Amino acid sequence: MKRSHVRTLIFLALVLGWGAFARNPYHLQLLAVIGVHTLLALGLNLLMGFAGQISLGHAAFYGIGAYASGVLTVHLGWSPWVAGPAALALAAAVALVVGLPTLRLTGYYLGMGTLGFGMIVYVLFREWSGLTGGASGLVGIPPLCLGPIELSSGRNGFWLIWLVVLANFLLCERLIDSRMGRALRAIHDSERAAAAVGVDTARLKVMVFVLSAVMAALAGFLYAHMMSFISPSSFDFMVSIRVVTMVVIGGMASVWGALFGAALLTMLPEWLHVFADYEMMVYGLILMVVMIFLPQGLTRGVMDLYERWQRSLDRSRPSAQS
Amino acid sequence: MQELLQYLFSGIANGAIYAVIALGFSMLYLATELINFAQGEFVMLGALSFVTFWTGFQLPLGLAFFLAVLVVAAFGVLFERLAIRPVRKPQPITLIIITVGASILLRGIGMLTWGKDSYSVPPFSHNEPLVIGGAALLPQSLWIVGIVLVLMVALQLFHKRTLTGKAMQACAIHRQAAWLLGIPSDLMALLAFVLSAVLGAVAGVIIAPITMCGYDMGTMLGLRGFCAAMLGGLGSTWGAVVGGFLLGILEALGVGYISSGIKDAIAFLLLLLILYARPSGILGTQAVHRF
Repeated sequence: MKRSHVRTLIFLALVLGWGAFARNPYHLQLLAVIGVHTLLALGLNLLMGFAGQISLGHAAFYGIGAYASGVLTVHLGWSPWVAGPAALALAAAVALVVGLPTLRLTGYYLGMGTLGFGMIVYVLFREWSGLTGGASGLVGIPPLCLGPIELSSGRNGFWLIWLVVLANFLLCERLIDSRMGRALRAIHDSERAAAAVGVDTARLKVMVFVLSAVMAALAGFLYAHMMSFISPSSFDFMVSIRVVTMVVIGGMASVWGALFGAALLTMLPEWLHVFADYEMMVYGLILMVVMIFLPQGLTRGVMDLYERWQRSLDRSRPSAQS
Repeated sequence: MQELLQYLFSGIANGAIYAVIALGFSMLYLATELINFAQGEFVMLGALSFVTFWTGFQLPLGLAFFLAVLVVAAFGVLFERLAIRPVRKPQPITLIIITVGASILLRGIGMLTWGKDSYSVPPFSHNEPLVIGGAALLPQSLWIVGIVLVLMVALQLFHKRTLTGKAMQACAIHRQAAWLLGIPSDLMALLAFVLSAVLGAVAGVIIAPITMCGYDMGTMLGLRGFCAAMLGGLGSTWGAVVGGFLLGILEALGVGYISSGIKDAIAFLLLLLILYARPSGILGTQAVHRF
């Protein structure tokens, strides 16, 4: 059995165990939110970690998934199972149209282009009040149901979300090991070199952008039907930044890093409540300190530290014997 | 006609402020190739310290202005020394997250120091609007435009006429070559950081009388200033000025003729347009692929 399969199985067992034993509805909800964030981080990780393209506007696709499905179910009375795919298709179309010109940019310019797009979508959510409910949000989004079984809240919601996360996990792992994944990593290392050996970099970048947008929209869809209420502030600039942070803190180019980063950054505000008014300061400080000292992310950084410690042990042992 | 003039007046005042913020971005980018997402927070700190010094401690206007700028400059020094200098491998993504972290931290400090309330201060001089062609012009707008113009001229003189200014430009052109010629490039980076913090603070002080000042005022101002910098061409001094005024005026026209809700979107629409059509900006000449 391959090592990655073992890891996936362990992960599955942990999630199943937690889901089966968690009694507290608050914990279940928190775990479901972690799942949604993991989905977001996984998608962005494909784009940032593997293809090396930064996006500071990912919350826009998250929001498009949530709002499109929400508007279709609330205003037009569609079934969520039809509205969901429609929302994903919309996100994919928007990503294609936006991605084609935007992904020609590099570095900070790409960051700014995606940031600008994210802000425009946010303003749309806030100002198009006839459709989206404006700043006060969209209420009464129906839950996902399968016959008489309600799948959106409580334990069922938890199962559904983590099932989707797991499926996307496997998708990402397979994708990274595929021809496309290798091409993406080649773009990450050097776009010119990749193009020189025959990788269609422009097309591939847009493809991965669309894929990561669809994953974000899927997260938004799940979130909207779980919460039954969405408002623009859940999809603003800071949310985009938080997703980027999840990817970077967890460690880029690692699907496990995305999971770890999403879990950590979702839990962090809960833990920081003890700091009350200092919460914001501590949060900012943690981001800065991690990035200054462990720019590879926490997982990689801690592993590096561990290896260095091991090596120093190895070095000190012979001298102790002599 | 009268309406148009009115919109132009308010657009120019706002534009002047965007220009100063954009100048801060541009200056820092030139010297260090860094985009500081905490620039807007410097504006907030400048405005709120000014509120405290002027209306809280009842200091004279000039002194309060100076002290507010000094406080923010100190923050700038600390930020550069503690957060930017220790980064070993400066990559855009790492630096973006560090400066975003810093902006959250500074906002937290602002919230702790000044609370969640908004403050307003009286204008620098009397409050009777001047009526020109039927449109009202606030005296504070004149103050703003005047101070910004003085600042521009001073910066231009600094860059062209002083040894330090020239050394800083040399660092911007080629950091290692400048270092080989004996220019302390680390010190220049610090200086650029302080100058950009000072520019942010000045923007905060002059905007204080025409807006509500709260701990969360900085983010949007910073992003708008950033759009202005991109619009004119990142790294170009005059580009920042042109971009700032252009953005201010277009925003005022958009708010006046379309709706106030889209005010926040205008800056970013312009940003996208300029990125797609001419990424180096209106006045920028450098190639986009700088890194």
